[in-house]
Amino acid sequence: MTGRDLLPIAAFAAVAATLPLFVTAGTWLNFAVFTLIICLAAQGWNILGGYGGQYSFGHAAFFGTAAYATAILQVRYGVNPYPAFAVGVAAAGVVGWVIGLLSFRSGLRGSYFALVTLAFAEVFRVLANASEWTGGAAGILIRLDVRPENFQFASRATFYWVALALVVAALVVTRALERSRLGAQLVAVRENENAARALGVDALGVKLAAIALSAMITGAAGALYAQYFLYLDANIAYGTWISVEALLAPIIGGAGTVFGPVFGGIVLHSLSEFTKTLVGRIPGLDLVIFGVLLILVVRFPPREIPGLLKLWRRR
Amino acid sequence: MSFLTVEAVSKRFGGLLAVSDASFEVAEGSITGLIGPNGAGKTTLFAIVSGFERPTGGRVLWRGAEITGRPPHLLARDGIARTFQIVQPFAGLSVRENIAVGAFLRHKRRAEAIALAERVAERVGLARDLDKPAAALTVAGRKRVELAKALATEPKLLLLDEVLAGLNPSEVRDIVPVVRAIRDSGITVLMIEHVMQAVMNLCETVHVLAQGRIIAGGTPAEVVRNPAVVEAYLGHGAATRLQASDDRRADEPGGLNRPPQGDAHA
Amino acid sequence: MRSFPPEIVGEAVLNGLLTGAVYGLVALGLTLVYGVLHIINFAHGALLTMAMYAAFVAWQAFGLDPYVAILPLVPLFFALGYGLQRFVIGPASRGEDSNILLVTLGLSIVIENVMLAIFRSDTLSVQVPYAMEVLELGPMLLSFPRVVGFGVAFVVALVLFVLLTMTDTGRAIRAVAKERTGAALVGIDVKHVYAVTFGIGAACLAVAACLLLPFFYVNPRVGNAFVLVAFTIVVLGGMGSVPGALLGGLFIGVVESLSGLYLGDSLGQIGIFLIFILVLLFRPTGLFGAKA
Repeated sequence: MTGRDLLPIAAFAAVAATLPLFVTAGTWLNFAVFTLIICLAAQGWNILGGYGGQYSFGHAAFFGTAAYATAILQVRYGVNPYPAFAVGVAAAGVVGWVIGLLSFRSGLRGSYFALVTLAFAEVFRVLANASEWTGGAAGILIRLDVRPENFQFASRATFYWVALALVVAALVVTRALERSRLGAQLVAVRENENAARALGVDALGVKLAAIALSAMITGAAGALYAQYFLYLDANIAYGTWISVEALLAPIIGGAGTVFGPVFGGIVLHSLSEFTKTLVGRIPGLDLVIFGVLLILVVRFPPREIPGLLKLWRRR
Repeated sequence: MSFLTVEAVSKRFGGLLAVSDASFEVAEGSITGLIGPNGAGKTTLFAIVSGFERPTGGRVLWRGAEITGRPPHLLARDGIARTFQIVQPFAGLSVRENIAVGAFLRHKRRAEAIALAERVAERVGLARDLDKPAAALTVAGRKRVELAKALATEPKLLLLDEVLAGLNPSEVRDIVPVVRAIRDSGITVLMIEHVMQAVMNLCETVHVLAQGRIIAGGTPAEVVRNPAVVEAYLGHGAATRLQASDDRRADEPGGLNRPPQGDAHA
Repeated sequence: MRSFPPEIVGEAVLNGLLTGAVYGLVALGLTLVYGVLHIINFAHGALLTMAMYAAFVAWQAFGLDPYVAILPLVPLFFALGYGLQRFVIGPASRGEDSNILLVTLGLSIVIENVMLAIFRSDTLSVQVPYAMEVLELGPMLLSFPRVVGFGVAFVVALVLFVLLTMTDTGRAIRAVAKERTGAALVGIDVKHVYAVTFGIGAACLAVAACLLLPFFYVNPRVGNAFVLVAFTIVVLGGMGSVPGALLGGLFIGVVESLSGLYLGDSLGQIGIFLIFILVLLFRPTGLFGAKA
């Protein structure tokens, strides 16, 4: 990876970091942080789905695992949030690796892989909803204790920068992956698994590395969510909503590209805020628009429309 | 120590015996051909040697060690590369990136892999197409990409599955020297081929597979004179009929060296 | 694990079978679409939700009994399914598996949230006089609407069987399912057959919705509860197998009923998901069906 590879990311980071200087209203910063969390979850999905071509419908399993691990370690075992955060991310990676091992070893791909990941996420949701340890249906509350060493900040702007730093880190990781052997092999597996194997690519190993990395990034989003909102229940942490959000943003912004998930996430959530101010708060309306957009993007893929969106797709 | 040995290999798919007790050897530094009529089991035998299928019986030995059933990616690391009869490009990638996937096998750094990919492209005549998407190439171009990807893994043994099929005669003429140059660079070649002319031209040794069995082996000249081979290709009694017609037109050159009807572009 | 008297367990098994038949009906549409179009329709659950709202509106606005509502809803949903496949899913997917996955996911998001926008997230149900009626079978009590559901589900399966085996349309559908290129070569309009099949799938959902409504509730996410169950049944019964869907439905109905009895309602669902995962991982061709 060269300096030139990182230039667009550095430019994005610099511009995005200035946002809290102009926007100070709490609700807007809140919206920005939430959007960044979604972008981060989507960046995770993009590793496996975009570069690896394995469409997961159950990234909630990773989001929720890291979120619950972070929360439970703090609430039940008094662990400091920073190590708890790291353990949460690692736990998501392990869950991803295990789900990947089971699914990929059985040769599941395409719709079957989507279905099995969805089912795994649902199993986690039902378990988290029923277990005492996770707080059951009532959910789990992280105690409010605003101190930086406690990963809780008085200012939303600080949180915004933390979230942005994680998103930028994920951008760098994605770029590095793109330039690496693993990345080339992952894309080869996406395009044609048998041809890749004939060229010495350990398809299973590559997919497992991808799902673990993917799960860790989406897990980081989950852990950040827990730390920001300080509350979780099974329908938030393991709900279908986050699986869908994590998938929509990259598909609409450009799957298998460095900036696709961030671009998609920002477009989708800006659009959703925009319609809210335009027609008022009608529940579900934003998701109707997302769904229509998803169908349109599949019907008319941006890569086949030369022009603006092409800028976001590097090769 | 032999280079590649296929020893009494059989493969059964349900009730169908695709390969039956097939044995042959490939000598180091040779171009060896594996020919046979459609459905003879050539591709299955190839799939077994390259690790994509596990044989029902028999063994495959590679430089003295048994490799039966070893998965393809490990065989590629050991130095056995293959191409596919139906070309398998990474359709969304450029020619350079396609070849680089092979090059990454022995070169972890991207710059090295890309440099190797470009050198290989030069060798197979793809230097001008490096930036094109693989899907945009002609059939002949895609065959070259197939060849280049395998070469980029820097193999010791290259298995070519009908690289000439689907090419027109001038394209075949263009690619024959490429295959010979590959061998001359020290890579042993085992090729399945339908285009007889090319086999006669290129191979030192030919093994003939018919209905899953090896029915003949030897130099191309020996093999085409073998009545069993003629019958396998042209049907029962063909050998005697051909012999009779050859006697009548003894001055006409070529004979069986011309591709059998309908097989050349199958 | 608690132990129950045999009549309680027997009743749970029977009620499971009754509900399972309706599950089977939901799965029937899904498996038929899979068998012919070779696609997994993620919008199936959302279409069921929509059908249940349609039946609810028919009851609330026009006073139509859900069982009577079957008559107008079946042609309506057939037309809807036909149109969706012909004009949305077909053109948008361009023959790629992953595109179909995304388009039907998009459809399910749209349908579910249109329902949410119109009806809000309240849980609604119809009040019919027979909702609480029971039939006595020895010591066991069986819910009347479930018995009706069971009977009608089998009638629908029979009608579908006759349709597929005895009519020209049915023969065309089976021809396309077996060999679409060959079917196209002999002059069958494959796109039309695809859309008809999708329409039949949606019509099955309309019937299932009307059968479910008297003993179930409806909210914008109700389809989600059924869709994974239906997928489980389809995978269990063998993708594309019609008898497999019914058998699978009965089996899953019993599993759900018994795990609800022994594990409680909150954990009860997990049995289904675990079966689903295990079957996908180890027996993706299904337990009953031979079709891969």
